[in-house]
Amino acid sequence: MKQSITLGKVTKFMGLGFLSTLKDLFTGKLGKEDFKNFLRKAVVPLASILLFIGLWHAGAKALYNREANFKIEKALTDQGETAAEAMRACIASGDVSCKPNTLPSPGQVWDSYKSLLRDHNIISADKAAFIQKTAALNAKRIAAGKAAITYTGRPSFIDQIIMSLKTVFAGFLLALVIAIPLGIFIGLSPTLKSAFNWFIQIFKPVSPVVWYLLVFMIVKTILIDSNDDSSFIISFISVGLCSMWATLVNTAMGVSSVDKDYINVAKVLKLGPFQKVFKVILPSSLPLIFTGLKITLSVAWMVLIAIELLAQSPGLGLFVWEEFQNGANDSNSKIIVAMFVIGIIGFLLDRIMLTIQNAVSFDKNEGI
Amino acid sequence: MSSIIKETSRATHNGVFPSNEVMLDLKQLKKVYPTPKGDYVVLEDLNLQIRKEEFVTIIGHSGCGKTTMLSMIAGLNEISGGHISVLGKHIKGPGPDRGVIFQAPSLMPWMTSLQNVLLGVNQVFPDATKAQRNDIAKYYLQKVGLEDAFNKKASDLSQGMQQRVGIARAFAIKPKVLLLDEPFGMLDSLTRGELQDTLIEIWNKEKITAVMITHDVDEAIFLADRVVMMTSGPKAKIGDILDINFERPRTRKAVLENDNYYEYRKHLIDFLEH
Ligand SMILES: Nc1ncnc2c1ncn2[C@@H]1O[C@H](COP(=O)(O)OP(=O)(O)OP(=O)(O)O)[C@@H](O)[C@H]1O
Ligand SMILES: [Mg+2]
Repeated sequence: MKQSITLGKVTKFMGLGFLSTLKDLFTGKLGKEDFKNFLRKAVVPLASILLFIGLWHAGAKALYNREANFKIEKALTDQGETAAEAMRACIASGDVSCKPNTLPSPGQVWDSYKSLLRDHNIISADKAAFIQKTAALNAKRIAAGKAAITYTGRPSFIDQIIMSLKTVFAGFLLALVIAIPLGIFIGLSPTLKSAFNWFIQIFKPVSPVVWYLLVFMIVKTILIDSNDDSSFIISFISVGLCSMWATLVNTAMGVSSVDKDYINVAKVLKLGPFQKVFKVILPSSLPLIFTGLKITLSVAWMVLIAIELLAQSPGLGLFVWEEFQNGANDSNSKIIVAMFVIGIIGFLLDRIMLTIQNAVSFDKNEGI
Repeated sequence: MSSIIKETSRATHNGVFPSNEVMLDLKQLKKVYPTPKGDYVVLEDLNLQIRKEEFVTIIGHSGCGKTTMLSMIAGLNEISGGHISVLGKHIKGPGPDRGVIFQAPSLMPWMTSLQNVLLGVNQVFPDATKAQRNDIAKYYLQKVGLEDAFNKKASDLSQGMQQRVGIARAFAIKPKVLLLDEPFGMLDSLTRGELQDTLIEIWNKEKITAVMITHDVDEAIFLADRVVMMTSGPKAKIGDILDINFERPRTRKAVLENDNYYEYRKHLIDFLEH
């Protein structure tokens, strides 16, 4: 059976069905039903986004005015009329020294986003130049058996995003490697289940911060004689341990609740344990395992920020923390940029998982 | 209780006789389910002998213990007393010598029809080459009319087609005994008729001893050499056995036109109504 792969199928498959409606609009293939669909799936979300930005803008303005007025009032009561006038002028000029420090407006956030990109371009140019400059020297050093000189400049925003993605990916893999096999064993054996139940119940609700501290205690000692930066290792292990529980529980549940009919078929055919697990039990629990993996990935991404912040691992978490500490003119808007980046990447990760799930599982899930 | 197989005159039985060798022997069979309110004895003192190459259908009121008995024969349900033997050997647990067709098709929905049939074939013929095993699976899928659906996912097939795969899977492992628990109960009457034809056609070729539970009196008569009637529970046993002396291969038309048909039918319905 050959199936043609169309844009519509691909987008629907990825839970991005509204994109194909958009395409239909431009190619003029829209019926009345489709039009309603288009209104619901494209126009309504667009309108709500605009409404959100409008409310945000108004809210930011109100907060700005409130803080500005407070500053002027304060100057008036503390230092008198002229100070208040000076403060008013200072605020109007947008000078950093007296600028109200509050929720930034959408415009400011957009500007910060562009400046972060510019900053990234500068840094990567710098890095490229550095590599070119040191290429000859490094070749000599390596030939002489010495370590190459590496770039140690400040990471750009994009570098930090990549770092965060690496950490979350490593943590996710760790969770997967621990939770799926363990979940299968627990699901298969009621004895193991009661052996592990207390363990799961107690450790599941532990907060990311505590996991971080625990991993820190252990890894610090293990790597005591190494000079390498252990922040990445500590972060990804903490992320993995925090997020693996959903997969563990779902895998165990999926494996222990395989349809009795399938088990009977396996019994009648006298399938060996290996065949039984790989041909019957695992495929039939795949939908639940994937539900678990999806939760794991989103939890991993969520706790990542807090853990990177604690571990001082140069990712988005550290970025947010440093900007908050920094208190520069545009720090607040940079934090909001990071917030959106975190949200959008989280959404994309979820979509990727859904796509993989749809591809490998017989139980088709309709994305929302 | 050896008289359970009545030595009735088989003069009207013009077709191939089932052999006289006993394939399946249930002796003093007992089943007790422990319940919170004490033990519930479903079956007690149940004796039944089924000959090689015989097709037996079983009818009885809902809840009397037909499924319980069949799953005990399959080895999927523990025996509380007495024993079950296949060709004189006591059974211990399930095995591919007793193929089962369940009421729900119970195909692995993530596999194609071919893979579903191969799952059993690979297990039973481990020494055959891959091509040989493929041929066996394809042969039986063809026999049940699915030559165009080898590579269709089981979840994409209709109920009737899924049950056809179930039939192919059961025959392909060449069991000694085939156990069927209301295999067509979930199908509409048209599909049901088609599947009865398919089943009996392939059975005529293979002559595998078959025990089939059904609620449908006409189905029971059309398919069987003997119809076994179970008494209502608790402590159900074999109530009566009716020989069906129609020649094989049978056609639905010939069966309906036979004078005995209505007598058989009346006999069964009388039993069920008392
Ligand atoms: N696991 C069990 N534990 C306790 N009682 C059970 C169990 N399985 C079946 N029973 C009881 O045993 C009796 C026989 O059940 P069984 O399913 O064998 O009947 P059946 O003849 O197949 O009925 P039907 O025609 O409706 O399929 C019923 O009263 C049922 O409630
Ligand atoms: Mg039943």
